[in-house]
Amino acid sequence: MGGVSVAPVELDRPESAEELRTDRPWITLVWNDPINLMSYVTFVFQQYFGYPKEKAERLMLDVHHRGRAVVSSGTREEMERDVAAMHGYGLWATLQKDD
Amino acid sequence: MRPGFHRSRGRVVLRLRPGEAAVLGSLLHELLDLLAEPEPTDRDPLEALVGIGTHTDPPDDPVLARLFPSAYADDAVAAGEFRRYTEPELRGAKRAQAGTALGTLPRAVADRGATLSRAECSSWLLTLNDLRLALGTRLDVSEDWVAEYEALPQDAPARLALEVYDWLAWLQGTLIELLSG
Repeated sequence: MGGVSVAPVELDRPESAEELRTDRPWITLVWNDPINLMSYVTFVFQQYFGYPKEKAERLMLDVHHRGRAVVSSGTREEMERDVAAMHGYGLWATLQKDD
Repeated sequence: MRPGFHRSRGRVVLRLRPGEAAVLGSLLHELLDLLAEPEPTDRDPLEALVGIGTHTDPPDDPVLARLFPSAYADDAVAAGEFRRYTEPELRGAKRAQAGTALGTLPRAVADRGATLSRAECSSWLLTLNDLRLALGTRLDVSEDWVAEYEALPQDAPARLALEVYDWLAWLQGTLIELLSG
């Protein structure tokens, strides 16, 4: 596990939001909680992942209504980095192998 | 200027009444106490040097467990390893953010308020979220906390805590709005 960062605001990930490819075996899940503000969760998805506002809002609403949402996918190392960043923002995130 | 976060000449300004700054100061000190380093154990000197922790179990305190969640839901060994590698750095970042926010309070009560740097804005955003996570977890709030609040007797101590919780949400919301705009 390398390059773990908990300085989310300084992170800049220009990758396209549309890269949720099915051949990537690990996923990052963000889970619903009653405390984080909806506007905050949307802000985090925009800022950290670089997702456009519409996509960030859709993911936030998925978290809110379905209890969780897949917010990124990739290698295990990439997902550990994303989960560490989500924890840095105070979001409740886990990673797992994509089923 | 009303209390809260504002934009002025392209910069974010925080202005607080003395009583509000006192509440925030007290909460931030409590957060810093909560985030204090765990009891030192027999750490490998090299691991200590590079910031790798020794404990792998999730914290017993529900607030700490919320601030430092498990990264793997179904794999305690992987979760423990992840925790060992990431928790010391995360703890340090949270402490630094709380400290940075505390440092702006004296300026925030002045007439013109505190003009915040980018780093100070970011620290406030994240530490306000930590304060809400800590308070909300301690109060065991649900999505319907407003209805639960209204059902409480007038003299219930939890009323005041929930009013503070609500105020923190409002304050954080004003900052998110400025940073999203």
